[in-house]
Amino acid sequence: MKNHYDIAVIGAGPAGMAAATVAAEHGASVLLLDEQPAAGGQIYRSIGRQALTDRHILGADYYQGEALLSALQASDAEHIAGATVWQLSTEREIGVSKDGTAQLLTADQVIIATGALERPIPVPGWTLPGAMTVGGAQVLLKSAALAEPDAVFAGSGPLLYLVANQYLKAGVPIRAILDTTPRNNMVRAARYLPAALMSVPALMKGRRWLSELHAAGIPFVKDIEDLKLIGEDALSGVEYRHGGRWTRIDTSRVFLHQGVVPNVNLAMATGCAHVWSESQLCWQAVTDTWGESDVPGVAVAGDGVAINGARAAQCLGHIAGYGALHRCGRIDTRERNWHAAPHRRVLAKEWRIRPFLDAMFRPPEQFRLPADDDTIVCRCEEVTAGRIRESVALGCLGPNQLKGFSRCGMGPCQGRFCGLTISEMIAKHRGVSVAEVGALRLRPPVKPLMLGELAALASAPESQSESD
Amino acid sequence: MRRLSHDGSKQLRVTFEGEELLAHPNDTVAAALLATGQWQFRTTPVSEAPRGPFCMMGVCFECLVEIDGVANRQACMTEVRDGMRINRQSGANHMGIPVAVDDASGTGS
Repeated sequence: MKNHYDIAVIGAGPAGMAAATVAAEHGASVLLLDEQPAAGGQIYRSIGRQALTDRHILGADYYQGEALLSALQASDAEHIAGATVWQLSTEREIGVSKDGTAQLLTADQVIIATGALERPIPVPGWTLPGAMTVGGAQVLLKSAALAEPDAVFAGSGPLLYLVANQYLKAGVPIRAILDTTPRNNMVRAARYLPAALMSVPALMKGRRWLSELHAAGIPFVKDIEDLKLIGEDALSGVEYRHGGRWTRIDTSRVFLHQGVVPNVNLAMATGCAHVWSESQLCWQAVTDTWGESDVPGVAVAGDGVAINGARAAQCLGHIAGYGALHRCGRIDTRERNWHAAPHRRVLAKEWRIRPFLDAMFRPPEQFRLPADDDTIVCRCEEVTAGRIRESVALGCLGPNQLKGFSRCGMGPCQGRFCGLTISEMIAKHRGVSVAEVGALRLRPPVKPLMLGELAALASAPESQSESD
Repeated sequence: MRRLSHDGSKQLRVTFEGEELLAHPNDTVAAALLATGQWQFRTTPVSEAPRGPFCMMGVCFECLVEIDGVANRQACMTEVRDGMRINRQSGANHMGIPVAVDDASGTGS
């Protein structure tokens, strides 16, 4: 790692790989920092060192990541794996740790491509060992060829059906699928169907996943109204309400999912403006058409801005890459626009299906705002829904005050698995909009680092910060 | 969990709570433990409730373990090495063990 680059890209998923590749191809010095041991992000996780030998299991979409990875590898972009970015300042100074050593470096342009994470699904018992996200189950499948036989899949959304389908192809038995998608979502989604029909292949893919799961005879319960995970020291069962009646399944493994949301922590801590999206129920970075945020020289690209899927993220990564090259003076306006045009055309197609998917898989209130007072909202500090409601009753106005009332959002995950829930809960109980309540204020370091690393950084002479 | 493919490469030896386990070279610590059926990795500092891996992508901090004497390591982000000593982490951080900063979000409003 050098001390300075023309363009630094943070996150090596589809957006980050695309941005770093085009930037390097046009002669910029490019650093691509990523926390995972190998490039690919979550969607193309382990694409360069696949654990599964049977390509049929993950399906063709996954292997589209191979072309992105080879383009990246053929470029001069410097990809550092296992590197955790814990700070990005408005002056574009990046604090990064690798193998226990921290370093500060700068870049003329920074592209944040930190992708998505799973939306919290705060149901009773969701903290019990044995309950994992569906995304987590898929990471194990892609990176280690590991699968859990006889697990229950519970929740809603395309990723849940996809991973269940991948288990089916791998011959791994599924105990049951408990689908929490509300029946009346279809009614709301219907008005977006004509536009979505422009993306027939995507719609057909979803239908095929579902019909294959049904054909395989996996117990599939739709219209789940309520869900509880049961257990003392570990998960022992799941209870669900359907048609007003509670049913129990004894199981030690449940995979939960209700969609994904932008991973906004780094962009928010940098000070980039965000707005509340009522259609996607999450915070989204405010950017111009080249991905640049209101912090000059800092762009945000891919699902880290808004959820649009891997293909769109790749397009947005390319577009952000050309935007950054233009701001660096490496390409002129005409070149920038010409290069971006084909990606904008693909993007326009990808966007057509999104309003339908957002409406169809909009998680209902009972799975976003826990009604049961004992349900844990902040997993790190074990703050319950009841405690949050109590704090609001005592006059707590927003998520930042809630920290003082309860330590909610102050643990190591830094609000990644409670931030949305608490903003929505406070808004509901105060009777105001989520935008008015706001988000948890995030500060660097956005990921924990050793105190010793910081201390070494402070005492290191300037010349020593250029390692490697 | 069940391993669906083996690439035939030599397995690594690690210990968990003193017991020897075999892991695959590209496994994270979390994958290696889950492969042998271990789902409980730590107890929480607040109520000592048991927890295990949840997100598997480095954001939830539920899979924290002690690795070679260092506490608060993310099992899902750390790759196994031959001879690695892994232990459950119980409750609040142990005295005398290097710990990571875990309260960076501040208290201001």
